[in-house]
Amino acid sequence: MSDHDDTGRPDDDSGLPDDDGFGLEATEREHREAEAQRYFVAETYEGAQELRPRGTTSAGELREEVGAVLRLPEGGYVDPSDIDIDRRDDQTMIINMGPQHPSTHGVLRLMLELDGETVLRTKPIIGYLHTGMEKTGEELTYVQGSTNVTRMDYLSPLNNELVFSLATEALLGVELPPRATWIRMLMSELNRVSSHLMWMATNGMDLGSTSMMIYGFREREMVLNFFEKTTGLRMNHNFIRPGGVAADLPDGWEDDIEILCETILARSFEYDELLTGQPIFRERTEGVGNLSAEEALALSATGPILRSTGVPWDLRRTMPYLAYDKLDFDVIVGTYGDNFDRYSVRLNEIRESIKMIRQIAEMMPPGDFRVQDRKVTPPPRARIDESMEALIHHFKIFTEGFRVPEGEAYVAIESPRGELGCYIVSDGTSKPYRMHIRGPSFVNLQTLPLLLRGGLMADAVAVISSVDPVMGEVDR
Amino acid sequence: MSEAAPGTAPAAAPAVAPGVESVLPQVPRLPDRLVDQLAFPSRDTYTPMVAAFRDAGFEMCSDLCAVDYLTHPGRHLPDGVTPERFEVVVNLLSLSLRQRVRIRVQVPESDPVIDSITDFYPGADAMEREAFDLVGVLFRGHPDMTRILMPEDWEGHPLRKDYGVGRVPVQFKEAPGPR
Repeated sequence: MSDHDDTGRPDDDSGLPDDDGFGLEATEREHREAEAQRYFVAETYEGAQELRPRGTTSAGELREEVGAVLRLPEGGYVDPSDIDIDRRDDQTMIINMGPQHPSTHGVLRLMLELDGETVLRTKPIIGYLHTGMEKTGEELTYVQGSTNVTRMDYLSPLNNELVFSLATEALLGVELPPRATWIRMLMSELNRVSSHLMWMATNGMDLGSTSMMIYGFREREMVLNFFEKTTGLRMNHNFIRPGGVAADLPDGWEDDIEILCETILARSFEYDELLTGQPIFRERTEGVGNLSAEEALALSATGPILRSTGVPWDLRRTMPYLAYDKLDFDVIVGTYGDNFDRYSVRLNEIRESIKMIRQIAEMMPPGDFRVQDRKVTPPPRARIDESMEALIHHFKIFTEGFRVPEGEAYVAIESPRGELGCYIVSDGTSKPYRMHIRGPSFVNLQTLPLLLRGGLMADAVAVISSVDPVMGEVDR
Repeated sequence: MSEAAPGTAPAAAPAVAPGVESVLPQVPRLPDRLVDQLAFPSRDTYTPMVAAFRDAGFEMCSDLCAVDYLTHPGRHLPDGVTPERFEVVVNLLSLSLRQRVRIRVQVPESDPVIDSITDFYPGADAMEREAFDLVGVLFRGHPDMTRILMPEDWEGHPLRKDYGVGRVPVQFKEAPGPR
């Protein structure tokens, strides 16, 4: 800016006297700064993220906006009668919901256009929790990487670690010992139970059932206690790492698992009495927020949202990873794709997961819990005291990390929220060149404008809850 | 234009509809052990190819992201594909065929613009916005090409390799720390 001013001033032919120049200089500098600001911003600025009022939105833009959520894969056709172009600005009202609204599950901000109590247009505005985790991932080695990804979807941290580890292992080309695979599966399923229980709790609270909130948290705490016993932490475990898992299961884990399964399964039937058969709950969920299978596919929705529309798509069954092809389980599907179907899919997935956990506990193979490759796995703690080489290996792995061959890998797993994918580009060093996480909540959030359209404002909270967004993963 | 190795996707070959076969042989391919197809169209053949895949039963665009290859130019690409600074990576998923296909398109630095695929896959909407926001590739024909994660007046694109991570000097050393 400063040299700009220096060179610019002699050329200026304003003709005003010098004593008046001070004020002129100040305004001129301001003007130039504003110009530069406009130039820099223009380079990257592509417009506001907010929902615009009808008065400043042309009919074409309105059609495009509605088309963006209603367009079906068959083509760009939108029913003209579906867009209320004639509706005037003064008949509708745009209100903000969030980012501090308690039932937006974090910092989701919604702009809702209302006509009375009916929702016409919705725009989710996200990014309030963006911490640049993909950029951070490029600065951390593969050893450190799982501590980073575990904080994305904080309700299912083990699934995040799992997908990151699987992608790294795909590039490394290492074969895991069976026990590591089965421990991973056990933890992943337990995490699904805890995540769905958390969803049951918050969904109950959003619909006014405080008891459900207390019950859900109580049961989830049982799972978290087991996690704490196994990994040392209740959340953000960094337990599943490239090359295996951090530690073997604790002594007596079979008994813990059996008690846990028995209790949670028995209590899941209590939820039936509390919610499933309750008239108020059914009134508020049945037929609210409907989604068809075509719309869910077109909007790339996965997980319970897709399955609630009747599409039996579960990566554990359709594209098995780990050892899911050795387990006997059912894929739960709904019919109507409304709030109630999404509720029942998740409730029944808890029961299916418990069925799977019991099978895993029965079939758990003995052996190593991490791959015995000295380049990937740090030596056991006891070896460090007696062997210099072990100490060097340990030091090297935790300071430099291990090198991963060049290449790209996209690995997807079924997280409690849908397809959780990890795309890693490696340039042959010990840090990922690019780590991209396909967050299921981020993609699923696109269904919100469609789910809320034409519904009541009072149902918005229930619908947001049924999509189950975790903002840590949406914003990453 | 190489037809890649004959063992690219033996299982996928019979399942792929003729629509895709009319597009695929014209673009270079590479074998990949994790996906069934890995295709490298140019920017001109990208949109018709995505359309052909959708017609062939790839119902879902499961992922779309952009990569900045500024400091890693020597990556492995098939013959006939010129490496450019940016690469847009699209993962399509077919539920009926139980297949994935990964499409990688080279986008030059001088003109970082590529056609949007939201006409075929509305679900790519947020992903394309994210790719624009973080890497700075513009998508032509996107209904709402705005920033999604960063504030709307943010300057620069954080996931570009020439975008600094920010440094905090370490007190007990002359050299700045890694972050």
